[in-house]
Amino acid sequence: MPEETKPPSQSSPPGEVKPATEKPAATPATPAAKPAAPAKPAAPAPTPWDSPMIAKLKRSYGSGIEPLTYLGQHYMIVDRSLIPEILQVLRNEEQFDYCVDITAVHYPQREKQFDVIWVLYSFPRNERIRVKTLTKDGESLPSSIPLWAAANWLEREVYDMFGIKFDGHPDLKRILLPEGWKGYPLRKDYGILQQDNEWVQINLGIESGQ
Amino acid sequence: MPDPTSLSPLDLDTPDKTFLDANELIINMGPQHPATHGVLRVILRLDGEKVLGLECVIGYLHRGVEKIGENRTYAMFNPYVDRMDYVAAVSNGLGYCEAVEKLLAIEAPPRAQHVRVILTELNRLTSHQLWLGTHALDIGAITPLFYTFRDREEILKIFEKYCGARLTTHAFRIGGLQYETYSGFEREVKNFLAFFRPKIDEYEELLTTNRIWLERTRGIGKISAEDCIALGVTGPVLRASGVKWDLRKAQPYANYKNFDFEIPIGENGDTYDRYIVRMAEMRQSVRIIEQAVDALPEGPIMAKVPKVIKPPVGEVYHSIEAPKGELGYFIVSDGSTQPYRVRVRPPSFVNLQALDTMCRGQLVADVIAVIGTLDIVLGEVDR
Repeated sequence: MPEETKPPSQSSPPGEVKPATEKPAATPATPAAKPAAPAKPAAPAPTPWDSPMIAKLKRSYGSGIEPLTYLGQHYMIVDRSLIPEILQVLRNEEQFDYCVDITAVHYPQREKQFDVIWVLYSFPRNERIRVKTLTKDGESLPSSIPLWAAANWLEREVYDMFGIKFDGHPDLKRILLPEGWKGYPLRKDYGILQQDNEWVQINLGIESGQ
Repeated sequence: MPDPTSLSPLDLDTPDKTFLDANELIINMGPQHPATHGVLRVILRLDGEKVLGLECVIGYLHRGVEKIGENRTYAMFNPYVDRMDYVAAVSNGLGYCEAVEKLLAIEAPPRAQHVRVILTELNRLTSHQLWLGTHALDIGAITPLFYTFRDREEILKIFEKYCGARLTTHAFRIGGLQYETYSGFEREVKNFLAFFRPKIDEYEELLTTNRIWLERTRGIGKISAEDCIALGVTGPVLRASGVKWDLRKAQPYANYKNFDFEIPIGENGDTYDRYIVRMAEMRQSVRIIEQAVDALPEGPIMAKVPKVIKPPVGEVYHSIEAPKGELGYFIVSDGSTQPYRVRVRPPSFVNLQALDTMCRGQLVADVIAVIGTLDIVLGEVDR
């Protein structure tokens, strides 16, 4: 296929979306694009992701979402302001009925310090996607418990480890660390040996846990 | 059954008055309690013997595995994952190795894939055996514990001979296997399967039609398929509620697509059905191992992996069907030798969330049965 852009037909089979089938579609484009530089295989990069669902989302939200494929896995980077709507559409209209995981990644050098990631799966479509958004320190996100009950503990863990708050969560408190602990351990500025010494001294009666 | 999306957090401070001016009771179960399978604390709100609601307090075994991962190289982090679900260490290793392999865009050679399937399924057997023994013990049947531990030992011997460890095996390496199988491996595995097949019948003889077992498990801890999906519950618990979903079939990894096996499902989503599903799963695992041993190909056991593992910048989510449900690894690489972020999506953590939904309206004694039937490992819940 000589076309630069991928034909939308390749992502249409709804039942079997396997990463393996996506891979070959991306490879023929690469040798055609750069026959001049055969010296070193370039590092793999995310390629645009196209599907009927994405086309539909694009029509409603335009540049607010950036759909990509990397290693055969689909994800979309969504504007912070569109998150409540997009998650709702994915859950109610696109049948992503299972919230696999919610997690975050900390990039302290960026202005928007956190990536928050929802891993979603659809039982009817057998398809897995990730939704990613960028958020600032101190900014909160809407809780997705009304969409997926599973979000409850997952959001608590993100709060516990990163200090990202979720609005509308009925019981947002620490889950793995004890209540009253200071600091968010999975932030990059939290050292691996660091701990809340005050908490340890008061509650465990020892000088240090090290 | 309450709608899991609308369960309010437990009000622990103001117990209501109940019948004959007796107060509702708020009691602690655990963290040091033999039936909570580790250090799990459950706060129960009771009206007499009836559970009105409960709250889990977890984190007693938190070791910061994800933080450790960010400070170790890819290969160095591999043994740590064995310590999460320590009764299914091989599965943890498989998920992690495959996730990193995906990030590196390499694939383990066929012989390694086969050995991986054999060991992972043997590990599923040990995990289910341990579940059966302890679950039955919790409910009052002591004999199955001796039977399952006796037979589990035979599998652990195979692990020990293969890699030197019985529990935290560290059996796999990124790109394949560290060790070639020992001489007589195939014969020993086959002997074990011949030995083990009648043992499953033996377990079932003790329990399946046992009247006490039926009374204690039928209709206990019911959960519907819709609630399972809403709560993200996976593994045998989901299948016992009638959802035919197994990652080995839905999104095949390793080389599971080459093997012929079925996904056993239940109907009622109660404790008894989960027991039946896991027993049937053991039989299916035996089938898979048999096929894998028979078709074990010759060839290399390690793919071409660079000496220093430096995956290109990017992120990947890879999940496998661990004995307890979907075990996922989300790894972010910044192009250096250490992962920028490793997130583990543990099945036990998410499944434990369903405890509240499953226990409301049941008796205190049934909470024990439901904790057992969820098959949680606290090392994985707390990480």
